[in-house]
Amino acid sequence: MSTQRQQPETETETESTESEGETAQERRLDEKRRRAEERERKRVEAEERAAADAERYHLKVFRYDPEVEGKQEPRFDDFHVPYEPGMTVLDALIYARDQFDASLTFRHSCRQAICGSDALFVNGSQRLGCQTQLSDLDQPVRIEPLPHSEVVKDLVVDMEHFYDQMESVEPYFQTENRPEGELEEQRQSRENREKIKKSTRCIWCGACMSSCNIAAGDNEYLGPAAINKAYRFAMDEREGEDMKQRRLEIIEQEHGVWRCQTQFSCTEVCPKDIPLTEHIQELKREAVKSNLKFW
Amino acid sequence: MYEYDVIVVGAGGAGLRAAIAAQEAGADVAMVTKLHPVRSHTGAAEGGINAALREGDDWELHAYDTMKGSDYLGDAPAVEALTQESPEEVIQLEHWGMAFSREDDGTVSQRPFGGLSFPRTTYAGAETGHHLLHTLYEQVVKRGIEVFDEWYVLNLAVSDEDDPAERSCHGVVAYETATGNVEAFTARDGVVLATGGLGQVYDHTTNAVANTGDGVAMAYRAGVPAEDMEMIQFHPTTLPSTGVLISEGVRGEGGILYNDEGERFMFEHGYANNDGELASRDVVSRAELTEVNEGRGIEDEYVHLDMRHLGEERIVDRLENILHLAEDFEGVDGLEEPMPVKPGQHYAMGGIETDEYGQTCVDGLYAVGECACASVHGANRLGGNALPELIVFGKRAGLHAAGGETEAPRVTVGRSDDSEAGDVETPVELGEPWGSEGDAVADGGAAAETAEAVVERSLERERERVERLLERDDGTQHAEIRAAVQHTMTENVNVFREEAALKEALVDIHAARERYRDVYVADPSSTYNTDLIQTIETRNLLDIAEMITVGALARDEFRGAHWRKEHQERKDDEWLKHTMVSWSDGSPELWYKPVVLEGEKKTYEPKERSY
Ligand SMILES: Cc1cc2nc3c(=O)[nH]c(=O)nc-3n(C[C@H](O)[C@H](O)[C@H](O)COP(=O)(O)OP(=O)(O)OC[C@H]3O[C@@H](n4cnc5c(N)ncnc54)[C@H](O)[C@@H]3O)c2cc1C
Ligand code: SF4
Ligand code: FES
Repeated sequence: MSTQRQQPETETETESTESEGETAQERRLDEKRRRAEERERKRVEAEERAAADAERYHLKVFRYDPEVEGKQEPRFDDFHVPYEPGMTVLDALIYARDQFDASLTFRHSCRQAICGSDALFVNGSQRLGCQTQLSDLDQPVRIEPLPHSEVVKDLVVDMEHFYDQMESVEPYFQTENRPEGELEEQRQSRENREKIKKSTRCIWCGACMSSCNIAAGDNEYLGPAAINKAYRFAMDEREGEDMKQRRLEIIEQEHGVWRCQTQFSCTEVCPKDIPLTEHIQELKREAVKSNLKFW
Repeated sequence: MYEYDVIVVGAGGAGLRAAIAAQEAGADVAMVTKLHPVRSHTGAAEGGINAALREGDDWELHAYDTMKGSDYLGDAPAVEALTQESPEEVIQLEHWGMAFSREDDGTVSQRPFGGLSFPRTTYAGAETGHHLLHTLYEQVVKRGIEVFDEWYVLNLAVSDEDDPAERSCHGVVAYETATGNVEAFTARDGVVLATGGLGQVYDHTTNAVANTGDGVAMAYRAGVPAEDMEMIQFHPTTLPSTGVLISEGVRGEGGILYNDEGERFMFEHGYANNDGELASRDVVSRAELTEVNEGRGIEDEYVHLDMRHLGEERIVDRLENILHLAEDFEGVDGLEEPMPVKPGQHYAMGGIETDEYGQTCVDGLYAVGECACASVHGANRLGGNALPELIVFGKRAGLHAAGGETEAPRVTVGRSDDSEAGDVETPVELGEPWGSEGDAVADGGAAAETAEAVVERSLERERERVERLLERDDGTQHAEIRAAVQHTMTENVNVFREEAALKEALVDIHAARERYRDVYVADPSSTYNTDLIQTIETRNLLDIAEMITVGALARDEFRGAHWRKEHQERKDDEWLKHTMVSWSDGSPELWYKPVVLEGEKKTYEPKERSY
């Protein structure tokens, strides 16, 4: 509910006057919402006219806002966007937002597949909006938030769980073997850098996690991105053997690598072409090897 | 109300490094950032990070290259701090596990970059910034530093003294995107602004959508001068349709530029007879546009960058990311065809005026990274010099804010006996048509407030501002205003600048301001209201666009990236000075301060800059 938005904090002195203002403000906001609905109707009409234009791309976009009446029930809106060569799904969404409906909400920033903020479910698969050409897609283009995550509003999902999983694998470099001297490097062979290279490319977009059936059924499963992050460190020769053991223990926990059923869906959707399933398999092998040492 | 010792605003490379340093110095630190840290634009940096690490190279050479590159508008004490401390800071990143590219002996690789006399650009493939950003964030996670992500900072809480130099900053007010709550963050010791670039004032830019210059605009309205704002860097190799950057690393590895007639124009048309494609960015950008303007461009718009001759193995080893970018964003296979490129807005050399510890003239307020101007880049930044700036000055500011031990700064901030008044004829009255009412952070009125009262007052003001914007029900939308500003800046305040066009831009910006009076937020929701945030960002872009343009109009010489049609020479007698713009009751006031050319061991004598 929006009523709590401007609640005064602690100042008892101003409370009474502010709460009066609050009601007046609420009334004005109600009025504003009502008029927003009117505009909404007009927008739909304009949209219908645009739909007659064959040069336009037809988008069907998922809408939901817990606070705005009419959007509380999830629905799809149609937008018809004039096509230009090279146009991406993100460009189309920006056009729709700036020209048709300023309340259309989605995350985006870099427009170059590096910030990982615009992972969406487009025509049934997880992709980055900015990296997906409209011309590669069948119409109407269905744009939805990432499945298996809580929708905050329109195309924005709650990423907290994903971040928590990423952070649960101790995602930071740890080593006892620091070289002497501030300007001495911890040498790493080219081969070893090559080995971890792909795993370091993850942009935390969450596409893999969203595509994974196991993660969908088991909320505690670390998931492909977090396991890949663990791989990045476990395979880094600079961390040393002891640390590697510790890392293998983390990924071997109950909701770790052994949950993976090699369905490859994560690998298929990863916009950075990280061979996630392969990395998970390799960690399983490593885990077995290291256990053999103990038993 | 949240309370910490140090509040860092922004979590790109500069903010993360500042937070780590402040925490290591014992402060209780929080980061407040409008994007999750790993979404910051530092992740997009490609080419590399400069540091004198190898035999045959040293910080003095690096400092010399940087001063020359800056066209003698850099301040030597800051440049020397950058070049002396970047080796240690780069190796620090390596010790934190950053996956640099490696040589056969396992040491980190370095490559040549434009304007450098030694191949000192250390890199991680063509995705150096991605690795740097993630490595620093990992260290923040490791240290348990608190991060408020997707919190948009609306304004600073600054005391209300008449003289900006007597003001102090006590915190910030921020808007929680997920809920619409407006809250105050009190900083007992200091606020560090690390809000990054401002490329969104242009419509063809390599910058992220989030790079809206918020920090510069907020500091400006709090009374901190903005320095050298006219110095905008245009990068010569961006993809024509999107502005996505093709790293200078391509030319560093041997990539060649051709015009429509297949000529290697950097040499054949004499733009840079020694360094060719590796001349500094301003030189190459002008060369490309001259080719286009003289009818030798491809499709009258761009030129070709060819790397095919480097061979697949080398390309994949060192520039793999470039292949993906060219393919995904321009549909070109870099192994088979040359890539189309043209200049695009890339970097703000100017920004919030600071000394070499990131301090501004307002007590307790710091700025680092691209939003700041410690004045290391002057009129032209060398490629690979922004990333070391983030970590060197990030560390210094974090340390200073937390009360760590530092030396006395040599760069002065704020007005002094050395500053001189500026004046320029403009076609319209600048600044807010409605004066500074309700917009300034400190107007110079009530003095001697407590820190608490200052923060309270800011909080109230910002709550009101948000309410006002949400309540208004009809008018102009930010997208329209933003597009108008971006358009005029790209048309009139680009690589080539002339008086009439600059004046036209000021008229257009003024018109945009008029329209902003009627701006309204269509989305009534308090859940993830990006419409509201973009409306506030657009307000910031207006101030930024005006500062850039008025500075450019006043500087009637040709220096570094600042080319003026009517003034085709560098005028050292008159212009070895920094353009300063201060908020004066809602409109920009121009003044100047001298460049500091005296370094630790020597003075950097201005020489002709040829490549
Ligand atoms: C495509 C590209 C390639 C580049 N390549 C190189 C290179 O190879 N070498 C090099 O040296 N330099 C390079 N640069 C320049 C360099 O990357 C940038 O200058 C630098 O990364 C900026 O870092 P920053 O920490 O200052 O800002 P950013 O990384 O942009 O971070 C800004 C932070 O501020 C936050 N923020 C902004 N406004 C607000 C607000 N109102 N409230 C709260 N938070 C806010 C954002 O959320 C973000 O976390 C490149 C730049 C670009 C655009
Ligand atoms: S592994 Fe790939 S799909 Fe998963 S979060 Fe990282 S970049 Fe996205
Ligand atoms: S906008 Fe950054 S990944 Fe798409």
